[in-house]
Amino acid sequence: MNIDLSRRGFLKLAGAGVAATSLGAMGFGGAEAAEQAHVRAFKLASTTETRNTCPYCSVACGIIIYSDGDLKAGEEAKVVHIEGDADHPTNRGTLCPKGAALKDFVNAETRLTTPRIRRPGAASFEEISWEEALDKIARALKDDRDANMVLTNDDGVPVNRWTTTGYLAASATTNETAWLTYKVVRSMGIVGFDNQARV
Amino acid sequence: MTNSWTDIKNTDLVVVMGGNAAEAHPCGFKWVTEAKATRGARLIVVDPRFTRTASVADYYAPIRPGSDIVFLMAMINWLIQNDKVQWDYVKNFTNAPLIVKDEYGWSDGLFTGYDPEKRDYDKSSWDYVIGEDGFAAVDMALEHPRCVWSLLKEHVSRYTPELVEEVCGTPRDRFLKIAEMIGECSAPDKTMTSMYALGWTQHSKGAQNIRGMAMLQLILGNIGVRGGGMNALRGHSNIQGLTDIGLMSNLIPGYLNIPTEKEPDWQTYMSSRSFKPLRPGQTSYWQNYPKFMVSFMKAMWGDAATAENDWAYHYLPKLDVPTYDILRMFELMNAGQVNLYFCQGFNPLLSFPNRAKVTEALSKLKLLVVMDPLETETAHFWENHGEHNDVDTASIQTEVLELPSSCFAEDDGALVNSGRWLQWHWSAATPPGQARHDTWIMAQIFLRVKKLYQEEGGVFPDPILNLTWNYADPDEPSPEELAKEMNGRALEDVYDTADPTKLLTARGKQLLNFSQYRDDGSTMGACWIYSGCWNEDGNNMARRDNADPDETGAYPNWTFSWPLNRRILYNRASADMQGRPWDPSRKLLEWDGEKWTGYDVPDIAPTAKPGDVGPFIMNQEGVSRLFTRGMMRDGPFPTHMEPFESPIANVFNPQMRGNPVARVFASDAEQFATSEEFPIAATSYRLTEHFHYWTKHNRINAALQPEFFVEISEELAAEKGIRRGGWVRVWSKRGEVKAKALVTGRLKPMQCGDKLVHVIGIPLHWGFMGAARKGFGPNSLTPFVGDANVETPEFKAFLVNIEPATGEAVS
Ligand code: SF4
Repeated sequence: MNIDLSRRGFLKLAGAGVAATSLGAMGFGGAEAAEQAHVRAFKLASTTETRNTCPYCSVACGIIIYSDGDLKAGEEAKVVHIEGDADHPTNRGTLCPKGAALKDFVNAETRLTTPRIRRPGAASFEEISWEEALDKIARALKDDRDANMVLTNDDGVPVNRWTTTGYLAASATTNETAWLTYKVVRSMGIVGFDNQARV
Repeated sequence: MTNSWTDIKNTDLVVVMGGNAAEAHPCGFKWVTEAKATRGARLIVVDPRFTRTASVADYYAPIRPGSDIVFLMAMINWLIQNDKVQWDYVKNFTNAPLIVKDEYGWSDGLFTGYDPEKRDYDKSSWDYVIGEDGFAAVDMALEHPRCVWSLLKEHVSRYTPELVEEVCGTPRDRFLKIAEMIGECSAPDKTMTSMYALGWTQHSKGAQNIRGMAMLQLILGNIGVRGGGMNALRGHSNIQGLTDIGLMSNLIPGYLNIPTEKEPDWQTYMSSRSFKPLRPGQTSYWQNYPKFMVSFMKAMWGDAATAENDWAYHYLPKLDVPTYDILRMFELMNAGQVNLYFCQGFNPLLSFPNRAKVTEALSKLKLLVVMDPLETETAHFWENHGEHNDVDTASIQTEVLELPSSCFAEDDGALVNSGRWLQWHWSAATPPGQARHDTWIMAQIFLRVKKLYQEEGGVFPDPILNLTWNYADPDEPSPEELAKEMNGRALEDVYDTADPTKLLTARGKQLLNFSQYRDDGSTMGACWIYSGCWNEDGNNMARRDNADPDETGAYPNWTFSWPLNRRILYNRASADMQGRPWDPSRKLLEWDGEKWTGYDVPDIAPTAKPGDVGPFIMNQEGVSRLFTRGMMRDGPFPTHMEPFESPIANVFNPQMRGNPVARVFASDAEQFATSEEFPIAATSYRLTEHFHYWTKHNRINAALQPEFFVEISEELAAEKGIRRGGWVRVWSKRGEVKAKALVTGRLKPMQCGDKLVHVIGIPLHWGFMGAARKGFGPNSLTPFVGDANVETPEFKAFLVNIEPATGEAVS
């Protein structure tokens, strides 16, 4: 069922095949090369295709992402087109108005591209390096935890909970991100832990 | 979902109540269309608005927001009165025959044991009579006056079609027509499916709404069968996964629990989790709790978790309250008791109730860290956007870090769809600029905190220093490594418990599935329900075989469905007591004399004889529960409760406000309105062109639905002098919004007794960031109170007022 032939490869093969058989069969042997030389390649033929799923609702429609550049080959890649995956049992290629416009979510003008900080009372964000931002977070976490970790309750029972820092997890991150997040948050003793399922 | 999207094609009747699938889950809804086209299935919609789903329904009935329990209990009453019951199923697969204590009762809207001071019940009377043999007493004839069936009959007898008309505003004849359509599905060869979503959960008694329908489905024999089930249409793409993995205050992955202070040691914690069967011969699968729990502790802390130190039990926090859910955290934040807060891909400024309170709370933080692919309103809560976010920037002292993260197109990993399919996806693009994967960000934060503890020492560093972190690149654990941890691995050779000479999995190998989890520390596994997703066969979540033998809709080799690749939960209940399918044309499983065969992975042991072991293996009873003992805070049966803000008083007890056991903070109680001050009922909803507050960052979706509006009836517009497309001001006791008026025949005032109730609809997709016009969301208006069991905020039923306002003209 799962033929290991990308759509791009299929298009290339099919295109070449049609040209060879039809032209050849009609006796235009010499025309074939000329024809192939001037026909512009199908636009998607130069892209890398990747199977993914729509990140919005829980129908989780299958999608095919076409990118300019191949991540697996170590290249930078940019999404140029997204369409429904006709092999997917749930959506069989269809997408709703949200899924159909996914490319412009990935490439939205309001995508964040750099860490920023808003200082107390300031009227705008300013850029900050990852190093500085992460160090700042770690320092704040350690100081707040050391100051406010509740080790035992009034009855002397070890409770090891930390309530002055809270963590709100997402709704569209992967299971794998979720598990790593769980490990980090729980190991510190944070109990104000929730995700979008609550609402 | 107990079933899957593709299974919906097998149904005879679809009931959409508490949801709007055609609008919110369009490509899943196609399976309803498929069932209608190929099976002649029919579609019923019950909703306050004539929705997009209603527009393609065979039958529609309006209902006042927040009155669903009356409708559902009246439906059960009608089915019982009219003998529309799947009797074999009810007798054998539910707790209808079990005998309940004499002390249990109900009067004036309340069950026995209510304490108004504590706003809580003493639930000890809500339980079975246990016989001398240690098992619950039963009367298989269902005649005993204290059996669950007799009590249910009595409980629902108050809910008549007349009461439905009076409380729900649903015309009696519409209710009766729907009752007849639903009643047909009590035949063993007819099934109905329930598709619901946040229209049922976002109430102060949301969990009881859902129980109401689950009970109805059990009475009709529709759970565990093809085309049946309770199908919760989850909102977001991985809400299911995040919940499965326990990213909530009180959870451990796989629906295990964080201990409370009342469980000071491992023995006490485990003693309440022995899950002894309540009927002879039953599986009571939670008896395996210790195996799941020990394997989880080994996944967290590896060699530091030993039998001698109770598997590092004290590394886990102990709760002093049921949960530190979002409402409690923002209450604490508003009281100045929270210093740091992290938002990972979540936008509370628009998602949590009473936005004024949320803004005030965020303004009291020392540091807010937002990780998101997009510019969220939360990250910009301190920025003045005129009427759309009118804050005094200079006075807000909160420091805010906005960290750019990757999105779905830029990472590998699995999301869990509504039907519990773990579907692996692959990255296709480079994150823009300096955006990084969440896994990298979390690892960086953790490693830096760990280093500080190593260098400086500090308070109780042990659980941080000993957290397992055996990743090839500690700076960025890979999705593959993390997925394998969730599946579980043998730490020592694992042998068959029945035959100790038989090696099942050698040390260091991936476990086959959770049947190989052990409680002696020889296995690790983070999330038992996912086990099998990545065993020695490889990544089963990445499987893409879309063959569907005999077109049952199961697609057994497409990705991986938890648990154990099972596609329909409780599937043993699809066959009768002899193991024959209730409906041979819709066979799921069948007993062949020696074992269960069919299209799905059976949920009881494959060789367990049909008469012996009940289908509901997770329950101590082996059967499903019409009466839920003391497991829910607000009653063993659903009883009618009005929303906290309701246009009419509770007919059973006019003194009772909202859910009598819901947690209410004092300052919020003062902000609940009465219908004298705010006479109009309101509800919130989403649109097909938008996804929450994300797609307004996308020009296409922003163009499709550019502007915030509220939906009101022609009658209300006439009464208030509101023009079609004119501006209106809508306000509650907590805030106000300005919107365009969509005047429509899709909403009609409802006659509830002697009161005419107007309802307005408020969609939720606008804010002050992104490509769409600036607008508001319903959370500027809604009350700060949650469901009594799970604290989901009451977004679907509240009170407002409305008047014409001025603004730019509309062409
Ligand atoms: S394309 Fe539409 S229906 Fe499909 S998953 Fe995305 S939002 Fe849901």
